[in-house]
Amino acid sequence: MAASLLQPGTPAPDFTLHSTPDQAVSLSEFRGRPVILAFYPADWSPVCGDQMALYNQILPEFSEYGAELIGISVDGVWCHAAFAHERNLHFPLLADFEPKGAVARQYGAYREHDGTTERALFVIDGDGVIRWSYCSPVGVNPGADGILKALDELAGRSAEARS
Amino acid sequence: MSAATLTPPVGKRDHAAGPAGAPVTLVEYGDFECPYCGQAYPIVKAIQARLGDRLRFVFRHFPLSESHPHAEHAAEMAEAAAAQGKFWEMHDMLYEHQRALSDRDLVAYAAGLGLDAARAARELEQGTYEAKVQGDFRGGVRSGVNGTPTFFIDGVRYDGSWADPEGLERALSDAT
Repeated sequence: MAASLLQPGTPAPDFTLHSTPDQAVSLSEFRGRPVILAFYPADWSPVCGDQMALYNQILPEFSEYGAELIGISVDGVWCHAAFAHERNLHFPLLADFEPKGAVARQYGAYREHDGTTERALFVIDGDGVIRWSYCSPVGVNPGADGILKALDELAGRSAEARS
Repeated sequence: MSAATLTPPVGKRDHAAGPAGAPVTLVEYGDFECPYCGQAYPIVKAIQARLGDRLRFVFRHFPLSESHPHAEHAAEMAEAAAAQGKFWEMHDMLYEHQRALSDRDLVAYAAGLGLDAARAARELEQGTYEAKVQGDFRGGVRSGVNGTPTFFIDGVRYDGSWADPEGLERALSDAT
């Protein structure tokens, strides 16, 4: 399963998905900044809840890298809205809802047999290229250390490019 | 991804119960308002009682304040108590009163433990221990803490279920 995930060095496929009933978000809007794409199986499931709560708490640290965090699952916008409200989440949750899982499939992060996305993380650089990807077992919350390490490397690389 | 390992390692700034030379060290990243941490509290206590001097237990703060509005101040109150020599007494008090953690409750617990409650209240208000608590949090994130509670045995994240006390105790015993 993890083998099919898009790997570092691959341009991140662009997409436009709804974050709320009347708002859509495109990946290309974030050019120039790192983006953390967090695919997760479902709103409300215990592990996802923990994982999103953790990322919500770490947002200030992601911001220090100028990075944007985006959560994606196959849940619909109203479900996302209720989940984000209840958990006090301060980052967008995108609905990969119709056609179901289309974006997750492009990233190699769709679970055919149960119709949800993998618990997959991508760090995308300011040029829209995937720099790090990781697929966690669905039952395991991957934490944020891998994301931060990838952002560290990205920051190091762009510092080198400038000098 | 490399295995999640504890950074920084256990040191002088940590709160530790049990001998420094104990054959195994258990570190918990916890949140005083987290119900799962509350469930883990008596489990850890029981394991401490059974392993005795063979175990050193260290507690670090990981308040998820976006989910638990009182967690940050509860952590800071534990530090205020530590400054007066009663970290573990406050740690236990907080876990035994998880549903009453308003600032007023926290100060009352300080008084109940015989601390200088006025000083603790002042330190809470001034955020004296905010940096210490946030330092624990940031270290936890870097160490791969993925929720609360997260345990580390001799510096390596324990991915088994803490809700299975026998499993946790076996992992600790195996490490001694």
